[in-house]
Amino acid sequence: MSVEAREARQPWILLSPALTAVALLLFVPLIFIVIYSFWLRTATGADEVGFFLDNWQEALSDAFYRDILLNTLKIAAITTFVCAVMGYPAAYFIARAKGNKVILLLLLMLPFWISYIIRTMSWINILGVSGALNSALIWLGLIDDPIQMLYNETTVILGLVHFLLPFMVLNVFVSLDGIDTNLEDAANSLGATRWQAFLQVTLPLSLPGLAAGGLLCFVLGAGTYITPLVLGGPSDAMFANLVFEAIITQLNWPLGSALSLMLLAVLGALVLIYNRYLGMAQLMKGLG
Amino acid sequence: MTKKMDNTTRYERLRERYMNGDLDRRSFLGLIGAAGLAYGVTTPFARYANAQTVSQVRFDGWGGVVSEAFREHAFDPYTAKTGIEVVDGTFGGGDEYLSRVKASQEGEYNIAHLSGVFDYARYHNLGLSAELNEDNIPNLEFVIPKLVDVFRKVSDGKLSCVPYDYGTTGIAYNRKHISDEEAKEKGAMLLIDEAYKGKIAGWSDWRTRLWYAALQTGQDPNNIEDIEAAWDAVRKHRDLSLKYWGSGAELMSLLAEEEIYVTEGWSGRIYALQEQGHDMGYIDPPNGMGWQECLFVIKGSPMEACEELLNFMLAPETSIAVAEGQNYPPALDPQKVDLGDKIPTLPAFDPTGKLDGLTFADPAYWNGNEQEWSKTFGRVQKGY
Repeated sequence: MSVEAREARQPWILLSPALTAVALLLFVPLIFIVIYSFWLRTATGADEVGFFLDNWQEALSDAFYRDILLNTLKIAAITTFVCAVMGYPAAYFIARAKGNKVILLLLLMLPFWISYIIRTMSWINILGVSGALNSALIWLGLIDDPIQMLYNETTVILGLVHFLLPFMVLNVFVSLDGIDTNLEDAANSLGATRWQAFLQVTLPLSLPGLAAGGLLCFVLGAGTYITPLVLGGPSDAMFANLVFEAIITQLNWPLGSALSLMLLAVLGALVLIYNRYLGMAQLMKGLG
Repeated sequence: MTKKMDNTTRYERLRERYMNGDLDRRSFLGLIGAAGLAYGVTTPFARYANAQTVSQVRFDGWGGVVSEAFREHAFDPYTAKTGIEVVDGTFGGGDEYLSRVKASQEGEYNIAHLSGVFDYARYHNLGLSAELNEDNIPNLEFVIPKLVDVFRKVSDGKLSCVPYDYGTTGIAYNRKHISDEEAKEKGAMLLIDEAYKGKIAGWSDWRTRLWYAALQTGQDPNNIEDIEAAWDAVRKHRDLSLKYWGSGAELMSLLAEEEIYVTEGWSGRIYALQEQGHDMGYIDPPNGMGWQECLFVIKGSPMEACEELLNFMLAPETSIAVAEGQNYPPALDPQKVDLGDKIPTLPAFDPTGKLDGLTFADPAYWNGNEQEWSKTFGRVQKGY
């Protein structure tokens, strides 16, 4: 074998464990889900093997699924916007901090050491009728009776922001950290105010990081089901909750498979659009 | 008569032939290697063949105080006596658990604390039932016959479970805000009383929602004739509710934290709240929801070990201790067994052992409508 041929083979040999894992743990289960989506659920709960388009027809034509999907995208978009507004200043502060950035980044990562469910449930102790916030407001004499703050769409968004904010901050931080501060100084020396230098130099250069953080927040937010389950009211459901109900409550795995593929297709399309215009390289930097 | 030779004897004889020079080294090592290969190939399947030599049995239940009671009063003493470890897991509901069992390998899940005869029928219809050898469960004779018979009817006279306890899903209310008189007068209508908008909750279980909707619309829960009226009642309850709860722990938390004043609730959990000092009232409205729970053995389980555990759990001293811990009356017949002082005070307890005062779900009726109603509830729940 020639040296060139051996060198060409080497990356594939090194990649083979990872590729095998991805194939076995991602693509094979995905193929099972695709196959399942064409089966049918019988009245007893057993599955009828075959090639039926009923689940797809229902998932694509029923306004119920469309409405919940649109509501899910709306909640994910609001969450992403709030994360961007809150996350950018925090990332800017860390990137421009004179002290030890590592400590600030470590503080940012701290919430990841606690289970996502526990973090979500912590809002019950904060916003509940007998929670910390109501108790403080009553103690300060600002209110006489506790305010009902929990179990609505706002608390769902709040829970999602709590979960997703670090992803946004990290991505924007990576982008800001790579910008040469001399560029801002140069803009100032040419007569720009600090605000103008930020708007016309720093912000445009950091947009890829903001977009990468936005994509991550949006995709993760749109796919969640725990937050609306814990912090939502009776009607606050997202699309992943429909998948959960179809598979767990109704034992309708075929329909649940079709619904999960539908969500995957919508979110996958968003990732493809992002990749077309901004490329995945920025996302990799943020995740790294 | 041929004497069965075990692997150790086989190896010792082989080694002896090698040491005596009857077998050359290459053949000896070749045979040892072949034995190793054969063992390696068969090991993944050996657990099925060795199913009777079990070291552990898996039990899944409702968690919380119920699991604690089982652990303390049944599993630990059983392990001490038999050496078989009981691995206990929890689930939030029968639907969720059924999905897990469906996705599992046969034998992975062994015994489940199922609720309602309709769950038993669903498992049986999905081919997940086993056949118990009742001779191995002599303590079954202490169980209320009515509770056993309903299971037999589903599985052609055989049993895949033993009844274990019973209770009700009644109306729980905070006495600080709702008096006993008001609760008694309004009954099921209390759950759709606009005066308590935002302070009402309910279980996110379609059967419970429809059962109470039937009561609120004056219908027989086991024969709902005007289903649209029932769905409207479900919608009304949804619009007045703060939250659908999904587990016993969440139910207790919502009531204890006073996030809500009224909900339907499981009798044992509400009794536990009362024991903790919370001023909670509990009533079963006319035709309130009665249920019985069973210990269901899933197909593919090590039957003898499971039957031994079931017999151990049905022993009056164990059964009574568990019942006192979980606050649900045991399935033991009070006419045959002295149930002590606490159990007669538990909600839903029937001293006659006939259970005539409780209305149970008709499994054929509810399972027959399950596919359509569970799907509709999913939509109604979300504002449709």
